[in-house]
Amino acid sequence: MSFEGEINVLGVGLAVGGGLYLISIAIAMVRIVRGPSSFDRVVAFDLLSGLTLGIMVLLGLGFGQPVLLDAALAIAVAGFLGTVAFARYLERGGSR
Amino acid sequence: MNWVAAFFVIAGGFFSLVAAIGVLRMPDLYTRMHAATKAGAFGAALVLVGAALHFGSLRTVVVAAATIVFFYLTAPVAAQVLARAAYRRQLPTWGDGRIDEIREPRDFVEESRGPKPEPGEE
Repeated sequence: MSFEGEINVLGVGLAVGGGLYLISIAIAMVRIVRGPSSFDRVVAFDLLSGLTLGIMVLLGLGFGQPVLLDAALAIAVAGFLGTVAFARYLERGGSR
Repeated sequence: MNWVAAFFVIAGGFFSLVAAIGVLRMPDLYTRMHAATKAGAFGAALVLVGAALHFGSLRTVVVAAATIVFFYLTAPVAAQVLARAAYRRQLPTWGDGRIDEIREPRDFVEESRGPKPEPGEE
C-alpha cells in the first residue's frame, strides 16, 4: 500500500491519537492523586478504565491484532463492575 | 480507508482529552462526572468505530459494536450509582447549592442508614 515517499496515514493518526490518550491518562492520574474525596478518585478511575479501553484498541490497530478488541470489551466490563462496587461501598460507609 | 480510521482515532483521542481536562478542571464532583461520562464514552466509541472500519471483518465489527453498546448502556448506570452515593453521603456541591430538588422527601437520605420497617409489617 505505502511505497517510498508516501506518508503512512494510519501511523500518523495512531501517533497523534496515542499522544492525546497518554496526555489524558496523565491528567486523570493527577485527579486521582489530588481528588478531595474518594468519590472524585472513583470518577477518575472510571474515566481511566475508558482510556485504557481506547489504548487497547489503538494497540490492536498498531499491531494489526483484532484480538485486542476482545480485551477492550473485557476492560469495559471490569471497569463498570469496579465503579459500581466502589460506589456501593462508599454509599454504605468507608472514608469519604 | 486509512484516512477514515486515522480521523476516527484522532477524534477519539481529542474527546478523551476533553474528558480528562473536564475531570481536572471542573469545580465539583457532579460536574466532573458530567465531563467524564459523556465525553469519555464518546471518545472510546469513536476509536472503536475507527478500528471496526480498519479491520472490516465481520468478527471485529460485531465485537466493536458490542463494546460500544455495552459502554453506552453501563456508563450512565455507573454515573448514577456514584452520584446517588455521593448525594447520600452529603458531598458538598459547588457554589451555594440553593436548589436541591430531591431534598424534599427526607426518606431518601435516611434510607441509606438502613431499611426502615414498613408500617403494619413485622
